[in-house]
Amino acid sequence: MTATRPNTSGTNEDHFQSHYIPSTIDEQAEMLSALGINTIDELFADIPKEFRNPTLDLPTPLSEMEIQQELGQMAAKNRPMGSGPSFLGAGSYNHFIPAIVKSLITRGEFITAYTPYQAEASQGTLQVIYEFQTLICNLYGMQVANAGMYDGATSLAEATLMACRVTKRERVALANSISPAYIDVIRTYCQSQDIEVEIVDPSNPGFADETACLVLQYPNYYGYIEDLKTLVNTTHAQGALAVVSCDPTAMGMLQTPGHYGADIVTGDGQSLGIPASYGGPYVGLFAAKQEYIRQMPSRLSGRTLDKNGKTGYVLTLQTREQHIRRERATSNICTNEALYALASTIYMAAMGKQGLRQIAELCYHKSHYAANQINALPGYSLPISDPFFQEFVVQCPDSPSKINKKLMELNILGGLDVNEKIPNGMLLCVTEMNSKEDIDALVAALAEFK
Amino acid sequence: MQHGGNRQTEKLLLERSVPGRVGVVLPDLDVPAQPMLDNALLRDDLALPELSEPEVVQYFTGLSLKNFSIDTHFYPLGSCTMKYNPKINDEMAFLPGFAGIHPMQPVEQSQGALELLHKLQGFLGEITGLPAVSLATLAGAHGELGGMLMIRAHHMANQDTGRTKVAIPDSAHGTNPASAAMAGFEVVELASDENGNVDLNALRDVAGPDLAGVMITLPSTLGLFDTNIVEVCRIVHEAGGLVYGDGANMNALLGRVKLGDLGFDVAHLNLHKTFSTPHGGGGPGAGPVCCTEQLAPYLAAPIVNRKSDAYELSAPANSIGKLSGFHGNFGVLVRAYTYIRTLGDAGIKSISGNAVLSANYMMNSLRGIYHLPYDRTCMHEAVFSADLQMQRGSSGLEIAKRLLDYGFHAPTMYFPLIVHEALMIEPTESETKETIDAFIQALIDIDREVTEDPDLVNNAPHTTPVARLDEAKAARQPDLRWQPEAAD
Repeated sequence: MTATRPNTSGTNEDHFQSHYIPSTIDEQAEMLSALGINTIDELFADIPKEFRNPTLDLPTPLSEMEIQQELGQMAAKNRPMGSGPSFLGAGSYNHFIPAIVKSLITRGEFITAYTPYQAEASQGTLQVIYEFQTLICNLYGMQVANAGMYDGATSLAEATLMACRVTKRERVALANSISPAYIDVIRTYCQSQDIEVEIVDPSNPGFADETACLVLQYPNYYGYIEDLKTLVNTTHAQGALAVVSCDPTAMGMLQTPGHYGADIVTGDGQSLGIPASYGGPYVGLFAAKQEYIRQMPSRLSGRTLDKNGKTGYVLTLQTREQHIRRERATSNICTNEALYALASTIYMAAMGKQGLRQIAELCYHKSHYAANQINALPGYSLPISDPFFQEFVVQCPDSPSKINKKLMELNILGGLDVNEKIPNGMLLCVTEMNSKEDIDALVAALAEFK
Repeated sequence: MQHGGNRQTEKLLLERSVPGRVGVVLPDLDVPAQPMLDNALLRDDLALPELSEPEVVQYFTGLSLKNFSIDTHFYPLGSCTMKYNPKINDEMAFLPGFAGIHPMQPVEQSQGALELLHKLQGFLGEITGLPAVSLATLAGAHGELGGMLMIRAHHMANQDTGRTKVAIPDSAHGTNPASAAMAGFEVVELASDENGNVDLNALRDVAGPDLAGVMITLPSTLGLFDTNIVEVCRIVHEAGGLVYGDGANMNALLGRVKLGDLGFDVAHLNLHKTFSTPHGGGGPGAGPVCCTEQLAPYLAAPIVNRKSDAYELSAPANSIGKLSGFHGNFGVLVRAYTYIRTLGDAGIKSISGNAVLSANYMMNSLRGIYHLPYDRTCMHEAVFSADLQMQRGSSGLEIAKRLLDYGFHAPTMYFPLIVHEALMIEPTESETKETIDAFIQALIDIDREVTEDPDLVNNAPHTTPVARLDEAKAARQPDLRWQPEAAD
């Protein structure tokens, strides 16, 4: 089936009347005549003739009705987390999202606005960014936060580059307990700047002299809470910065990285009201101590006054940024993830002081209940005894990938196979979205493997 | 003009907070309570607001009304392609089968998502004539970084380690030099000639054994198709360099020419410009990278492959590595896919055709009233200079601000840097002729006001939620978060 378009007459047989483009063939003719030409093609005369107007091998256009069908069918080939018990985390989390988040972020005034360069015409977006900066600072116990980065991985990579600028050093140490994907992205960002990357064991965190920073994750990739206080202190003793990637949901209950003296704190805002959406779009969180503000990447919204003395907001300290400083900018970042910074601001406003604590506690109690139940099964154990928040590693009696296949037959999405780190290790995540019934179903299913 | 209805937005979230109010009610704990962590590991206080749901909705709705947006205002911001963002695109991205899937779930449970990504890779490869595609980069500048790292990897693989320089035209967007620098290159600026094209003599001067490549925006940020482009690519290739294409302005060229045919080696696209995905007040975007088969092994991971009947994720053989946490901004990619499915070959040509027609019509109507530093057929946007108005005491900035009073978003100002008092205007294909005519009339009226009532122009805007803001104060005394008045 192909979309039917109204015949708008005229002489141009190629005329395509799109429902997204108002100009009719008559209006086009009017504009062409004002220009003293006959065809649209004449406007493209600067393009070398031999390359002009290639035929594109694209599928025949569909109407909206047909598109809904086609994409509906594609979507149906996926297994969304809402369709059954799901225990996968590892950097993207299944959390409750209040209805108001989508309802507000899809308002045309927010979603179809550009970056707020024209302050008088963008006070809504600029005030939202200021609110976001405030709440992220409070969440992490930090003094300054930016308008956001692409995602948790790129936030952390940019933090390591920033630590190198601040300390004027050219090597970084990464704890081996941070996300393997984060390590990969940091390596990509560091490769071209001749920054050496060292992987260290956080339980014995010796690293080379002249290291710019130690990079930690809190809770770490495997869900556990490391001794941040000691790690930050030893890092500082070597003149290095402590960079901590931190799950914002855990901040509903855990002590903040700021409290322990972290210098730069990053995170993925996905946990704060953003759907998993196969990995994006998310928003990178980025906060630091006040003294490092001029080395920060990305936008900042500042409060000021207009010429009549009225409070307003503008993008500020822009001399850090690429559109002013070009090749000497702190980063090349321009478009970030403003809409999802908005989503997480709405989420934090709605959850509030009590809601985020409750969410964190639900995750904590449910995950510990699940861990204890699984630990009691013959053949299963908890190989790591450190305190954890909502994720933990289970040592299974068989290959976790094999077990996951069996779980999927029962429509249960199991945890991540982390066999390369812990033999037969499965990284499980339990959030407020998992009912006792879900957890008990998982435990019963796991009990079948001995 | 009324802003924000009667819901006041002056007070910030934490100033509105009232102890005891809740915005969300959560279910009770349905498992036995577990022993709590050591108290030393727990925080004392969490300074988030306490507000009920209606207050949250009213506050953010009030804030939204203080924005200009495509849905509410004509938004001819040059180089940003502020075209209509179809609502069906958003709806498809929010389908539970897309929005609800986990990036690490086994590929057997995400075949629909992978099928979409694989087809989108094919569409973008076909449109650019650069057949190998990675969708993993999350914005235009992110794609630039990926592309520059690929160029670096290519030279390294050839043991050609002396190529330290990247040449970039003086008209380029700031992300170009910033991305090249992040990829470890030294940036050399390339002059433009009197027609706004790359100056071929300047290019020949830098095209030597230390040139890694050039970054070219086509059409340029002057809104012009560089008539030397084939020669530019040839000179760079003969010197052993590669040509990077910044696809920010691809709306002008859709279906009119393929970058690969012209000689580009690698390019990024801005899906949030050309392919109608909403800009969201500053993102999310997506900046897929398209390249020749020769450079395909260096693409950022992951890419989607089809093996017999199944789709899978993989890393190209000599990949520069991962540049993002997962597989790219999937929700944005779904929107772009949806858009392209409404088009086909004729549809895609209709975008560039109408966009370029609107821009030329607008440019022609204002010729003589506003100065045109490069007076030739433009592509999707026209760059004027406010020099004629400046002589009478009103700058480009003031004219831009005055447009806000007329209900139009301002053009891009003071960019490109090589045009004095630049006003860069991009009407896009999705605006009616009536709107464009009204905008033209507004600029004509403002030109008259510059003579007749300069104060009106020079103190604009008058009707926006705030008047002109003190940017110097904002930078001198940075106030970047709300804090309670010092209690002690």
